[in-house]
Amino acid sequence: MPMQPFENFTSVVVPLDRANVDTDAIIPKQFLKSIQRTGFGPYLFDEWRYHDHGEPGMDCSNRPLNPDFVLNDPRYQGAKILLARQNFGCGSSREHAPWALADYGFRVLIAPSFADIFHQNATKNGILPVVLDEALVDELFALAGGDTPLTMAVDLHNLKLSPEGRASIEINIDPFHHHCLIHGLDDIALTLEHADAITAYEQRRATETPWLFA
Amino acid sequence: MSPRTLYDKIWDAHVVRVDEHGTALLYIDHQLVHEVTSPQAFEGLRLAGRKPRRPQATLAVPDHNVPTSDRHLGIVDPVSRVQVETLIANCREFGVQLFDMDDLRQGIVHVVGPEQGFTQPGMTIVCGDSHTSTHGAFGALSFGVGTSEVEHVLATQCLTQKKSKSMLVRVDGVLGAGVTAKDIVLAIIGEIGTAGGTGHVIEYAGDAIEALSMEGRMTVCNMAIEAGARAGLIGIDQKTIEYLRGRPLAPPDGNGRDDFERAAKYWLSLNSDPGAEYDRVVQLDAASIRPQVTWGTSPEMVAPVDAKVPDPAEIADPVKAGSYRHALAYMGLEPGATIKQIALDKVFIGSCTNGRIEDLRAAAEVAKGQRVAGSIKQALVVPGSGLVKEQAEAEGLDQIFIAAGFEWRDPGCSMCLAMNADRLEPGERCASTSNRNFEGRQGQGGRTHLVSPAMAAAAAIHGHFVDVREL
Ligand code: SF4
Repeated sequence: MPMQPFENFTSVVVPLDRANVDTDAIIPKQFLKSIQRTGFGPYLFDEWRYHDHGEPGMDCSNRPLNPDFVLNDPRYQGAKILLARQNFGCGSSREHAPWALADYGFRVLIAPSFADIFHQNATKNGILPVVLDEALVDELFALAGGDTPLTMAVDLHNLKLSPEGRASIEINIDPFHHHCLIHGLDDIALTLEHADAITAYEQRRATETPWLFA
Repeated sequence: MSPRTLYDKIWDAHVVRVDEHGTALLYIDHQLVHEVTSPQAFEGLRLAGRKPRRPQATLAVPDHNVPTSDRHLGIVDPVSRVQVETLIANCREFGVQLFDMDDLRQGIVHVVGPEQGFTQPGMTIVCGDSHTSTHGAFGALSFGVGTSEVEHVLATQCLTQKKSKSMLVRVDGVLGAGVTAKDIVLAIIGEIGTAGGTGHVIEYAGDAIEALSMEGRMTVCNMAIEAGARAGLIGIDQKTIEYLRGRPLAPPDGNGRDDFERAAKYWLSLNSDPGAEYDRVVQLDAASIRPQVTWGTSPEMVAPVDAKVPDPAEIADPVKAGSYRHALAYMGLEPGATIKQIALDKVFIGSCTNGRIEDLRAAAEVAKGQRVAGSIKQALVVPGSGLVKEQAEAEGLDQIFIAAGFEWRDPGCSMCLAMNADRLEPGERCASTSNRNFEGRQGQGGRTHLVSPAMAAAAAIHGHFVDVREL
């Protein structure tokens, strides 16, 4: 599926101060029964966000909110940047996790580390995962957790994050991901440009390891 | 050529091309598909007017949503039913082989692949499921992918990939009696942490790994993902080859065909060369591993059965202490609690980690002639596939379980993630042979302790954890 090209923006930062946030927490399993790609935003972090038990198709506007959960804090409404701790997105490979984050409105995730599959899935959905070292993440948590929320400008074209009141931070990103995010490319179409190379590979392997192509 | 690892060799054999950024287009030999992570991938193909490049390279089976009792009644939950029906319709439309719910070969995708010989050494295998790492037990490079990549592989039989780093985990020595593959892998995760393998492919080696059966090796590779690794791998030996010989989808053997012998020769050539280098090496002594029990909400929160739950007040790192505190509160456990005194409500034996015949044999051995404790509300045994179930019944294991008060079910994921009707109620505590003890994994508010099949069966009999070495 082609994605939307990534546009630069400025947003407040939501600090989610927990390590090892797993994809079961990001989107609980009952929502995985959907056969759609959209509509997961209201159920993002469902078990932490609401006091009742969520089920697919539920109207979330009247559900009892957990006021202690950071996403429900009025200061962070409309945020597009999520700040997290190490190993964010561990666990199941469900792409429903980035679908829910994107549907909610998140475009940038910042953490000291991301689980591999989640990282890959996020970039396929126009979300930019930014890995920063632990000390820098600590510093951002201190800034974002204050009384005034932290605002940050994201400039993917120039690979730069600019938190308000702090020197800007360089983003390190795989050049291929960068290219795909900026241009919103359909990576299946990109691969299909190499159909001849794939066919040649298959022909070669069919002679070397014929049982694979029987 | 300098010495190469098994991972290097499989990788090199599958690179179609490398772009100017160093990203490879990697050929994928086989894909496994289940109902939860595939509907949007097939829909993507349909919207773009694309067809699977090699439909015969894909095998599909419903497992997550399927009921494990009264299967002839079909799926009661309408949303689950639509998902399974969608898989069936998609497979029909796109020409993909499917084992439907009433097929004896149906089961958990990671049990079915090896059982059918669809999983073979030296292959690249993907599935929209993180526990695809299981297939690494056969020396196949296998990893979980998201739905976009499921679609990518269907359409192109390739993935764009960067090569991971390599980690060697050596477990040498001999395991003590009652200590199993599950305890090995939990001990490894306890040692390196759930992010310890991030960015790496783990190769497991050493006498204790070589001594494991194929079932045990699958258990160890299954949980490579819980150590954060991209994949787990184990070298190919005679056990690997004999396991595969004669399986329906393995290279044909006999009848004047020498495919299998040719393949076996090739497979053995893939093992890591002496002197091959790894980015990181971790060593464990098998003799020092005790039966493991997780006490928290991440698989790294694990301790030997004869130990106590840790006290966050004694942890120096504030982030870690905070997550320990949070986990203990969720689990309803006091710091310093004795693990053997933890009382349970339910017991689950099954999943792609421990739902194979050897696991059921180990649990049955403990359950034989015993009764499930009166305080246990439910003890489920869910075979990993229809063929595992058939084998277990032929050996009389079902009768042992039923006589002891366990429920004997039909194959599927079941209470491993509770997408069907099998689940924990809020606050319920479960000894489970599955792989994840995350909050809510087995049902909202449910509390999961991960253990081996023998430990789970013993906990069912006694109503609390016991050390299987003392039985
Ligand atoms: S048994 Fe559990 S871990 Fe394995 S595939 Fe099914 S849900 Fe996933």
